[in-house]
Amino acid sequence: MSFINDLQKVLKQNIREYGMFIALFVIWAVFAVLTDGIFISSRNISNLLNQTGYIAVLGIGMTLIIVIRHIDLSVGFLAGFLGAVAAIAMAFWGWPVYLVIPVVLLIGLLLGFIPGFLVAQMGIPAFVATLAGFLVYRGAILVVTEETGTIIIANDVFNAIGNGFIPDIPVNFMPEVHKLTLLLGIIAIVLFVVGELNGRRTKQAYNFEVLPMNIFILKLAFTALLIGGMTWVLAGYNGLSWTVVVVLLVMGIYYFVSTKTVLGRHIYAVGGNPEAAELSGVNVKKITYVVFGQMGMLAALSGMLFASRLQSATTTAGTLFELDAIAAAFVGGVSAAGGVGKVTGALIGALVMASLTSGMNLMGIGISYQYMVRGAVLAAAVIFDVATRSRR
Amino acid sequence: MNDTPLLEMKNITKEFPGVKALDNVSFRVAAGEIHCLVGENGAGKSTLMKILSGVYPHGEYSGDILFGGELQSFGGIRDSENTGIGIIYQELALIPEMTVYENIFIGHEIKNGMMVDWNETIRQASEMLKKVKLNVNPAVKVKELGVGKQQLVEIAKALSKDVRLLILDEPTSALNEDDVANLFDLLRDLKVQGVTCVMITHKLKEIMEIADSVTVLRDGRTICTLNARNGEVSENVLIKHMVGREIDNIYPKREHKRSEEITFEVKDWCAYDPARERDILKNANFYVKKGEIVGFSGLMGSGRTELALSIFGNPERYHLQGEMFVYGEKMQFHHPEEAINAGVAYVSEDRKRNGLILIQDVKQNVTLANLREIAQRGVVDDNAEIKIANEYKDSLNIKTPTIEQKVLNLSGGNQQKVSLAKWLFVKPNILILDEPTRGIDVGAKYEIYTIMNRLVEQGMSIIMISSELPEILGMSDRVYIVSAGEITGELPIEEATQEKIMHLATKN
Repeated sequence: MSFINDLQKVLKQNIREYGMFIALFVIWAVFAVLTDGIFISSRNISNLLNQTGYIAVLGIGMTLIIVIRHIDLSVGFLAGFLGAVAAIAMAFWGWPVYLVIPVVLLIGLLLGFIPGFLVAQMGIPAFVATLAGFLVYRGAILVVTEETGTIIIANDVFNAIGNGFIPDIPVNFMPEVHKLTLLLGIIAIVLFVVGELNGRRTKQAYNFEVLPMNIFILKLAFTALLIGGMTWVLAGYNGLSWTVVVVLLVMGIYYFVSTKTVLGRHIYAVGGNPEAAELSGVNVKKITYVVFGQMGMLAALSGMLFASRLQSATTTAGTLFELDAIAAAFVGGVSAAGGVGKVTGALIGALVMASLTSGMNLMGIGISYQYMVRGAVLAAAVIFDVATRSRR
Repeated sequence: MNDTPLLEMKNITKEFPGVKALDNVSFRVAAGEIHCLVGENGAGKSTLMKILSGVYPHGEYSGDILFGGELQSFGGIRDSENTGIGIIYQELALIPEMTVYENIFIGHEIKNGMMVDWNETIRQASEMLKKVKLNVNPAVKVKELGVGKQQLVEIAKALSKDVRLLILDEPTSALNEDDVANLFDLLRDLKVQGVTCVMITHKLKEIMEIADSVTVLRDGRTICTLNARNGEVSENVLIKHMVGREIDNIYPKREHKRSEEITFEVKDWCAYDPARERDILKNANFYVKKGEIVGFSGLMGSGRTELALSIFGNPERYHLQGEMFVYGEKMQFHHPEEAINAGVAYVSEDRKRNGLILIQDVKQNVTLANLREIAQRGVVDDNAEIKIANEYKDSLNIKTPTIEQKVLNLSGGNQQKVSLAKWLFVKPNILILDEPTRGIDVGAKYEIYTIMNRLVEQGMSIIMISSELPEILGMSDRVYIVSAGEITGELPIEEATQEKIMHLATKN
């Protein structure tokens, strides 16, 4: 009985943190039932993750933008534009892919500094500054694709980022299963469990509050099951896709930077109280530049992921990406008041939104109703967030 | 006096998760009196007033509220307002961009059909302003007025709702002496007109001056209610009840040691504020020696905080002229970061607005200004951070369950200690304290003073800006007086008196 009580208490206290996971789980379960299991088939999940990739990376960057109390509306078309630039560099200029990718990322970073400059230096509201960028990049895409229309990308390495899968270990064992994926999944579970155990031990050493043992074990089991389940499902198809690898990599770097580094702490300090941060020696302008700069860089990455997935650059690439990214960030628990929001949340948020699209597509629901449902879910997520916030 | 009290709160108990904020509190206010409510931070004063004003509605607490002899169960702020209870918070609830008359009638606009009747609004607003003796045009924007006048507008706003009980939460914390005198005159006037007043305050002098009775809360309990008109109240008595022990001297003693080493000096310092389009500092010259506390006294708005900010990396981007020397070396700071690196720290006046990050926890706030010290190659060492935060928690006696508690859940005095801890962790040589004890209780004040003494013992130089003359006289080794952006005088502590300081402070 006390276990149930403990569980209720822990869930109640951490509802904000676990809420998204529970929501994602419920959405998947509902779609699994409604589509007779097609939704959770290996093939669909694999597709779903690949479709989420380019929004997830934008959402991660957008989370930091919103954390420092700004917004970036320009990233959608910036992504589209930079995708086109990458395509042109490869198709018309004949640049090698290993040069194109870093150069485009660098261009993204530099272009990100422009709204950074307008916001930090000129004091222009981010909404206006980036709306201007939105229009400019919309035009820029049209300019660069004017003569050719859609630009086909013929580079296999580049296209693999959006469509390819990691290679398998060439052994004759369990031929139906992608063994490297499985192995990576097991490693991930082990690392997670070891990390959690270490964290718990440290917390106990300092007499901080930790979860009751049985709940802690339940959390470990649940997460292990989740990672394990995902891995198993993916291993049953083509294994881990390069898109997922890229997203996880970005996620890992951002998680580390935002929680463990001086830079990350400064970003959240600026979001929590810019005046206090400035007086504490944090250079608020510099942080604004950095955050807009990284957003530009992730827009470049997003644009390339999208172009790679379509194996081409189109005139409409990037349309509404920024709004999907903002939705992902808010569903992921970022607060418009600033200073609150985890980058991991944006990933879950992007998955929630992509799952809705995917599930409703499988059910044959029309696009018009899909928009309405996604709008309602976004509103519900923020209502949930606000309601659980005021309770503490 | 009438036998039925205007207000009676009986056996009020209010619990928050994990804490009993109020434990069986009783509070009686007779009609037509000025009743002061005192207690240390965290004693439960604000919680009690929030229950009375309906912020915590009926059902979220236990106990009874009787107003005018009738049992009340407020479901929200509106209910208590309609009953005749008005509350004025420390942070004023006015809209700066709106005019005085709009502010007075906001939320209960005078209507003519569906439209707001502006003429009638202005007429009634003028009447209210007359009542509070505020001689301003009701059509000016609130942001044009000083804090003292803004507060009168708040009172006018409350009066326009026919209040019978006016609650003021630390009304004088941001006022200069003139404004305070003005406010107290008004409160006495209102008393004659039949408005009863409850005033929450930390300033014992004010209680002696204005209170008819005093109720002391401590640790969520009513300690006593005293009659202030028959001599049973004195500062010592109040302090004893508030802290539960006697503090012989509010200002701990320290030897005035004279070192000759000048650690910080400013010469011909001028500042122009482009935002306000005026000079805010004119030819300031001053210095601080090692191990010295230098007091900066002056009226509100005299330019003391601006002086501190202009030294501390100039975040407001004033146009500066003049020279600054740190340990004899000429320096210029373009950002607070540079000031911090040169060993200068500034504990800001308004800890909530620009001192702390309220949504972050104690340890994050303590380490914020000096993260580099506990980081290697840009990565913060969590264990080092916890160790540092715990050290400061112990050495400054910060009362918090753990260092992972969000700062917004701490009391004012403890927040101030966190703010101080943050700046001590940058290990400064020159510490600027701007109103170091504003809005905190006697016990915490004493602790802050003790810490200051310890720091100067260790050789730190302290610049202390304060509006409270006793604090200036009790703590400083030397006093500079600022008036309208100019340093109008310098007094060694032996020669400083309240009269001399006030004389110099009002020179311009």
